[in-house]
Amino acid sequence: MGDFIWIVIALPLVGAIASLAFGKRLGEPTAGYLGATTVALAFLYALVASLKFFAGHAEPDTVHLFDWIPSLGVGADFLWDPLSATMTLIITGVGTLIHLYSIGYMHGDERFARFFTYLNFFVASMLILVLGENFGIMFVGWELVGLSSYLLISFWFTKPTAAAAGKKAFIVNRIGDFGFLIGLMIIFASFGTLSYSHVFEEASLVLNTPTATAITLLLLVGAAGKSAQIPLYVWLPDAMEGPTPVSALIHAATMVTAGVYMVARAAPLYQLAPVSGGVVATVGALTALLAATIAVAQKDIKRVLAYSTISQLGYMFMAVGAAAYVAGVFHLLTHAFFKALLFLGAGSVIHGMSGEQDMDKMGGLRKAMPITFMTMAVAWLAISGIFPLSGFWSKDEILASVYDHGGPWLVLWGIGIVTAGMTAFYMTRMMVLTFWGQSRWDEGVHPHESPSSMTVPLVVLAGLSAFAGFINTPFLPSFEHFLDPVFERFEVELAHLPGGITPWILALISLAAGGAGILYGIRRYSKVVPAESDGIWATVREGYRVDDWYGNLLVLPGKEMSEAAAFTVDAKGVDGIVNGVGGMVQRVGQMLKPIQSGFVRSYGVGVLVGSVGLLVWFMTRVL
Amino acid sequence: MSVTPGWYMILAAVLFAIGASGILLRRNALVMFMSIELMLNAVNLTFVAAGRQLGTLEGQVSVVFVMVVAAAEVVVGLAIIVAVFRKRATASVDELSELRG
Repeated sequence: MGDFIWIVIALPLVGAIASLAFGKRLGEPTAGYLGATTVALAFLYALVASLKFFAGHAEPDTVHLFDWIPSLGVGADFLWDPLSATMTLIITGVGTLIHLYSIGYMHGDERFARFFTYLNFFVASMLILVLGENFGIMFVGWELVGLSSYLLISFWFTKPTAAAAGKKAFIVNRIGDFGFLIGLMIIFASFGTLSYSHVFEEASLVLNTPTATAITLLLLVGAAGKSAQIPLYVWLPDAMEGPTPVSALIHAATMVTAGVYMVARAAPLYQLAPVSGGVVATVGALTALLAATIAVAQKDIKRVLAYSTISQLGYMFMAVGAAAYVAGVFHLLTHAFFKALLFLGAGSVIHGMSGEQDMDKMGGLRKAMPITFMTMAVAWLAISGIFPLSGFWSKDEILASVYDHGGPWLVLWGIGIVTAGMTAFYMTRMMVLTFWGQSRWDEGVHPHESPSSMTVPLVVLAGLSAFAGFINTPFLPSFEHFLDPVFERFEVELAHLPGGITPWILALISLAAGGAGILYGIRRYSKVVPAESDGIWATVREGYRVDDWYGNLLVLPGKEMSEAAAFTVDAKGVDGIVNGVGGMVQRVGQMLKPIQSGFVRSYGVGVLVGSVGLLVWFMTRVL
Repeated sequence: MSVTPGWYMILAAVLFAIGASGILLRRNALVMFMSIELMLNAVNLTFVAAGRQLGTLEGQVSVVFVMVVAAAEVVVGLAIIVAVFRKRATASVDELSELRG
């Protein structure tokens, strides 16, 4: 099965091409079902192909389709191992549910079929990213998901904000890609190939610590761009301009986790650069805290979730930075479930409220939308880290692994605990403002439950959010056993949990933080809605105005430079030279024009004068 | 004071200059034609004088050729001038400018 793993990529790609070519003719909802079916088939194939990994230690498969750039060691090679299997199952599994949901959500959109073209194209690109067997293929997937993300964010491109958000995401990601690409160049310069198996096997022999540190830090720049970490996180909140299923699939469950996947995949390199691991974890912890504080002040339901996603990605970075790769990927998995659920639930609310996203105008929705409310409540408790839902297990494993490192890592652990409390608080705030209390709906808005194509995925995801945690409890770490061979193959040392009674105490502390956040959130918001409009709230709501800083510090000078280049250097300098040459020729022509009289006789004078002159010259030479 | 070949050369140069000035200054096609003849014959004079000086025949032979060509030229040229004069009632070259680009 693993030898034909490229089929998993081909299926959604075929779906994309088919709905691109025949989408208009298939119409609604057939085009949507076509898209959902291809992804579902890919999921089934991947599930069957990964059975051997579930059964126990099995050799990973490497598939070579054809040579592409032999001199770079880049072929169309794919790797089927437990890590890529995990990612593939998340992408196609959550992808199938979101495709189904989109059939209901995009109902009536005039570019219905095109939406599924892009969505299928995204799934295929993302699978290329995670299934590639070398950094070259990974980079191809990396860029293709960036492209499809751009296409989907600005799907409603007639809205200027959506078009601008798409551009912003693309450009900010380009900055990250710049670092990623330089990292790949150094890898190639050191190893002479980009193939994982070569690079990781020879890493400890070839690389010295400074080179390994340079490579891993540059890879981190790329990861920070794609996974929205400090300082490149600013594109993700704006990406909420896209349709909500896009936010759920790309900007919560799959694409933004590519950075985490990449760091986990490059674990053998990070092992050689202990400093980079610390930098990754610190970036993650700071991002988690910063984004959580911003999320607290948001009024737009989707922006709460966007900042929450940035914050949760920070946790994953903390984990992989601490070499707790299994914990990081585990949190990636559970987060994919509960955050996709939260986004789809928010989409269901927005759908029911006829496009309203401002939580100030919601309230009391739990009676109108019972299924949405119940399923989102599961996700709310899961992300808050309440026992025994999935978020509790994965977040706790990360925090315990970080704690186990001791020393300065305890600061990161502290930040993680504070962030956990804030996460519980802002999620409670969102839930209370949306579903409890008095209704504050605009007149003429009649909230209603969404159709079954939207609620069925919600229910499935709620089940997964509730129970997915049990695949990797400290008592039965089956997910760890599942992933271990990936890291054992290249002798990567993994972080482990502290022994004795410590994990119990740590779990109690993070539970207490989550519980405190929830209780305070309920107390603060359930009776009256505070205005939260004074200075500090406004500043935080606008994300500390980081966009303005970036605008003034980076975008404005860049704009001024390009304007100077365009209107001074080019218009006056380069054009001046070109026009000057032309003008000079014209002026000389004007001066010489009288000579051309049209009378043969005056030319005759010229001939005579010339020949006499030549004669005189010859004679003076001879004499 | 004997007449040396140098004097012939000076005479030829003067004749040639008169011919050239005629070409450049006069407008009547017939007069210009006569000026051309003057220039041709000025050259002929140098040929003959030089041939005499050097005691060779080539100079005189060249003169015969020049005369033949000049005669042929006169035939064609005069025919054109007469034809133009019949058509336009003028022989001024400045007015014959149809072929100007």
